[in-house]
This record gives sequence, structure tokens and C-alpha cells, in this order.
Amino acid sequence: MRRQVPLVICFVAGVLMLAQSFVPPLNWFYTNALAWARIISCIAVFIGLISLVRLHATKVRRRAADWKFSIITLLALLYMMLAGLLTRYGVFVKLHGQCVPGSMGDKIVTGFQNAFNFQDIFLNIQIPVQATMFSLLAFYIASAAFRAFRARTFEATLLLVAATIVMLGRVPVGHYIWGVPQATAWILDVPNTAAKRGIMIGIGLGMTSTALKIMLGIERTYLGIKD
Amino acid sequence: MTGLELFWTWVAAFLTLSIYSFLYKDNVFYKIAEHLVVGVSVGYIFTINWFQGLHPYLFHPLAKSGQEPINLLRLIPFFLGLLFLLRISRKYNWLSRFTIALVMGISCGVSIPYTIEARLIEQTKASMIDFTQQPSIWAGICSAIILVGTIATLVFFFFSKEHKGVLGGTARVGIVFIMVGFGASFGYTVMARVSLLIGRLNFLINDWAKGTYHFIFG
Repeated sequence: MRRQVPLVICFVAGVLMLAQSFVPPLNWFYTNALAWARIISCIAVFIGLISLVRLHATKVRRRAADWKFSIITLLALLYMMLAGLLTRYGVFVKLHGQCVPGSMGDKIVTGFQNAFNFQDIFLNIQIPVQATMFSLLAFYIASAAFRAFRARTFEATLLLVAATIVMLGRVPVGHYIWGVPQATAWILDVPNTAAKRGIMIGIGLGMTSTALKIMLGIERTYLGIKD
Repeated sequence: MTGLELFWTWVAAFLTLSIYSFLYKDNVFYKIAEHLVVGVSVGYIFTINWFQGLHPYLFHPLAKSGQEPINLLRLIPFFLGLLFLLRISRKYNWLSRFTIALVMGISCGVSIPYTIEARLIEQTKASMIDFTQQPSIWAGICSAIILVGTIATLVFFFFSKEHKGVLGGTARVGIVFIMVGFGASFGYTVMARVSLLIGRLNFLINDWAKGTYHFIFG
């Protein structure tokens, strides 16, 4: 029951999904299965949510290291959830936007109105912090390049030369250096395409074989079952 | 710029500088920004998930609306989703296997034909073109190089036989292409990060510093 039934479910669902590509009458399964997968993945988000709340609540309760910062996370999470739900369901929204009757008798506002500064918080906290965190990598990637880009071997020299030419070709000054724009375009269009295409075909073969192994029950570690 | 806009610009600037302060060392400002954004982003994902996932796919089909009949079949994934939540239970976490198995089966089944089509057939077709029918001799040579590079790269990842002789030589050619490809990707990534850095500096100088100056002095 605990081992065999999940494997049977996986096999049947996989075969039906595979078959619908070739048997048009089975398209109803495809349409429903995608909606089902969407609903399940949406509910799965709650696992992450519960896990995050449990982790930070435990840190606060036990007064673990940096527990004060966990309060910030919990408050920000609670505020964003409440702000999103209350805004969209039209609570107090009379001050901010137009309500329309929803399908379930609730009041749904068309688009996210900015009550409770929901959208402001997203635009001025999440977006800048994420962009800044990614831009931080510019410093670390430069430091990593300094260590990695030593032309010790033939392969390392190739990596160094290709990266240097592409970087030069992506900045305005590179367009004034003879041959650099053409060399950049050639590297990206020819050897880069060849390598990426080879890797992509390899990934495709790997994905197909892994999918078949999962469907046939050969690969079952995703269920936490050890052979 | 209104007073409220200036306030939010200051918030964004404070958080930007807090994140950059990590370049010196881990500190309290960085931790505040980090923990704040974790809470905000999870809350945002929850809201988007609720209104763009659960609402149209679950709540709406289960509620009587207009001419559309109620779709009780949607209760099945809802029930399976609830089983998935049992993953956090020590005693009943095995029940979540049914849901995981269904999702994995659906994903595997749907991915096989699309992977074969997009990653195998289309990529192979794009590599195997008639070199003599290219607009110029140089374009034909480049197409031949792409074909050789693709085959050599694939050979490099073929580990079922020892890389010796012809196989070893071809794999060596494959390494050359892979290294050039990785170098190009690295260069591209560096430039993408640098452009993000320029974007943040642009925000600090033009939006924050100049915006504040104009707000105060007109």
C-alpha cells in the first residue's frame, strides 16, 4: 500500500499524459491534469509557509542566535499576507478602489489596489533588495574570475580569451576596438551554439531517460523509498 | 515627487545600502534587510498563489457562477493537496507519496514528448543542415563547425567507453568547444551582474540623492 500504490499512480498518470500526445480523445486528461497539478502546487506552497513560520517561531521561542531578526521576518510575512488578502477581498477598499461582486459572493477588486501599501512594499522592498543581492555577485564573480582565470592550461586560456572577448564586446568601448564586435558575435553564434546544442541534446537524453525510469518505478528515491 | 514617494525611495535606498554593507562584513543592517525581504517575498508569493492559483483553479470551479456548472472533480486535487500537507507529519507523511507520485507521473508523461521534440529533434535538425545551400562560403564553414562542435561535445559527455584513440581525440575537441561556450556564458553573466550594479548605483544617485535634493530645494 505504502510503496506499490504510489508507483502505480505514477505509472498510470505518466502513461495517460504520454498517450494524450498521440491520442486526441485523451486531451481531456491533459487539460484536467494541468489544472490538478496547479492546485496541488499551490497547496504545496503552504508547506513552505508552515516550515518558515515554524523555523522562525522556534528561534524566537528558544531565544536562539539572531532571534530578534526572526520577528522581522514573521511580522513582514503576516503583514504581506493580510494586506494581500484584505486588499483583494475589498476590506476597507472603499477608500482606495472599486469593488466588483465576485463569483462566490465576496467582493473582489479588479487588480491589486494599493490599500495597505501592498504593491508599494513589493516595489520598494522586494524588488530593490533582490536586484541589489544579484548585483552583489558582480563583486564576488570578479574575485572568482581573478582566481580562476589564470592561463595555466590550454583549456583555461580558452575560457579566459572567450570571456574577455565577450565582456569587451558587451561594453561601449568594445565597439571601437577593431574586430571585437565581430569576434564576439562569432563566439556566441558558432562555438558557443555548438557547445550549448551538445549540452542541450545531452540534457534532453538525460531528461527522457530519467522520466522513463521514474514512470517505470526504477527510480523511486523521490518518494523517499530506498532500495 | 510626492512625500510618500520620497519615503519609499528612502526605504529602498536604505535597504540597498544595507545589502551592500555586506561587502565589508556581515552586520545588523544586512540581517534586517535579509530577514525583511524573506518575510515580504513569502507573503507576496502566498498572495499571488492564492489569487492566481487557488482562486481561478479551485474556488471558482467549485462555486456556482453564471452558466458554468460546478466542477466537483476539482475536489480531488484539493484532497490530494491536503495529503501533501501531511509531509510535515512524522506519523502520516507516507500519505503525501500519493500526491507526489501523481505530480511526478503527470510531469514525466508530459515532458517526454516535448523534450524529444524540442531538445532532441529540433536541435539535431538545426545542426544537420545543407552546408552548400548557405548564403556564403563562410556561413557554410560556420555551419560545419557547429555540427562538428555539437558532435564533439556529445562525445565528451559519453562516459560508457574510455576516452582513448578516436573517441579521446573527439572528446578533446569537445572540451575546446565547451570551454569557449563556458567562457562566453561567464562573460555574459558578469556583464548582466555589472548592469544590475549600474542600475542600483543609478537609483542611488538619480532617484535617491537627486530626488531628495529636488524635493527639499525645489
